Amino acid sequence: MTLDYFANLLGPVWLPVWTLAKIVAIVAPLLLGVAYLTYAERRIIGYMQVRLGCNRVGPWGLLQPIADGLKLMFKEIVIPSGANKGLFILAPVLAMAPALAAWAVIPFADGLVLADIDAGLLYVMAITSMGVYGVVLAGWASNSKYAFLGSMRSAAQIVSYEIAMGFALVGVLMSAQSLNLTDIVQAQAGGFWHWYWLPLFPMFIVYLVSGTAELNRAPFDVAEGESEIVAGFHVEYSGMAFAIFFLAEYANMILVATLTSTLFLGGWLSPIPGVPDGIVWLLAKISFVLFLFLWFRATFPRYRYDQIMRLGWKVFIPVTLVWLLVEGAVMQTPWSYLFH
Amino acid sequence: MEFTSLVFYLFSAILVLAGLRVITAKNPVHAALSLVLAFFTAGCIWMLLEAEFLAITLVLVYIGAVMVLFLFVVMMLDINIEELRKGFWDNLPLAALVAILMVLEMGTVLSGSYFDYAAPLAKPEGYSNTKELGMLLYTDYVYPFELAAVVLLVAMVAAIGLTLRRRPGRKWVDPAQQIKVKRGDRIRLVSMAPQKPSASKADEEEEA
Repeated sequence: MTLDYFANLLGPVWLPVWTLAKIVAIVAPLLLGVAYLTYAERRIIGYMQVRLGCNRVGPWGLLQPIADGLKLMFKEIVIPSGANKGLFILAPVLAMAPALAAWAVIPFADGLVLADIDAGLLYVMAITSMGVYGVVLAGWASNSKYAFLGSMRSAAQIVSYEIAMGFALVGVLMSAQSLNLTDIVQAQAGGFWHWYWLPLFPMFIVYLVSGTAELNRAPFDVAEGESEIVAGFHVEYSGMAFAIFFLAEYANMILVATLTSTLFLGGWLSPIPGVPDGIVWLLAKISFVLFLFLWFRATFPRYRYDQIMRLGWKVFIPVTLVWLLVEGAVMQTPWSYLFH
Repeated sequence: MEFTSLVFYLFSAILVLAGLRVITAKNPVHAALSLVLAFFTAGCIWMLLEAEFLAITLVLVYIGAVMVLFLFVVMMLDINIEELRKGFWDNLPLAALVAILMVLEMGTVLSGSYFDYAAPLAKPEGYSNTKELGMLLYTDYVYPFELAAVVLLVAMVAAIGLTLRRRPGRKWVDPAQQIKVKRGDRIRLVSMAPQKPSASKADEEEEA
């Protein structure tokens, strides 16, 4: 095989080179997806609000994300005079890195995964929980009231919703009896009615909504509430530094959509028994969940801050806890097949 | 030297440097961030020992939750670092004594004959540290584990109890009550025949 030929040629350097090639194969389509997700968002929300959206650059406006990228690249990065320079530059990096690193354990199809580790789900949770540092540090390092308020809001919100999200994941791993994402998908084999969205329906809803909150997406986008605090944590950022925050947000959107598809919607499995499985199904599911995020944004007005906290702590956490109890109890009875 | 040893020394160097930065950094936010780096590197070193559950939990709990809240507090406080640095040289002899004693104790423990560790055996393929730990926690050590959980619960209830103060005259709304409101609770429509203003009232209005 050609691969073996290269392996022999490069010797000990082969493993890092091959791993790097795989990383590029994941990150490059991801960044392209991010670029066109911004396009899709503008077009879809445009149609929902009975206007056209961007349709000037290229056919149907398809070159718009590239034009935006070029524009941002040529803009100056203004560093406020009172800012903490090092951290100001570091913050976007800290926002972007976890959004990319979490992809290491995501299975795209049977065996098509960069690192097939047993504690995959834990790894994803640990890595995504680090994303909040980018936002918090951006707010603090900017030395601006609005940015600071935005980052405080965001930190409190992310920490609150992570708990509900964690509990929702506990439900999944109880059903699948594994932390390995490939095993979790395979445990859902058997078609549409065997996926975990059905037995774990409350968890599915909690995960989806907490995911939206975790991403600081509308209707939970108080961290950048334009009407009160201008643009929240990234108000002082410009040019490419601002673009990195944007990229991180959209990469995280795709990540949460992928995780929702993998954990609750059967990953790469096809909905109808007999139809071959494959990465196409995963992509379709990701697109569906992403469409939901855009739909939320076009539909719901922004939550008030105390309402966000109430929803997280007083609704979602109790709901997940009760459903965990139900699941645990049912698994001890002859009806345990309901949750497998 | 083996590749893992090389990685171990690299991580150890980063860990020690980050630890030093925690206590030497002038800016408390920088110190907190160095602590984050120290935790992360410690997690990496545990990962080298194939203790992946502990490593990931360290990152999840300490970096993902504890340090975020810590950073939150540090950012809000106006800490005067000069004030904290006063008396460094006065306390140095005592601190040095404690430090030397600790180093000696650690040296005794790690070099003693009771702790003559052989290099840990490489785990067989398919060994899951997470599963093993779960098995032990929920079988052999289930009572201590449950006890620890209860202690944590009590601490949590106590923390909430301490901050929960009933303030008189607080204005708040119950959303459940709020959405149950009907039109009839807020507005009363009175139907009445059209009326002419009385003569005296009309005079007053004209004067005004």
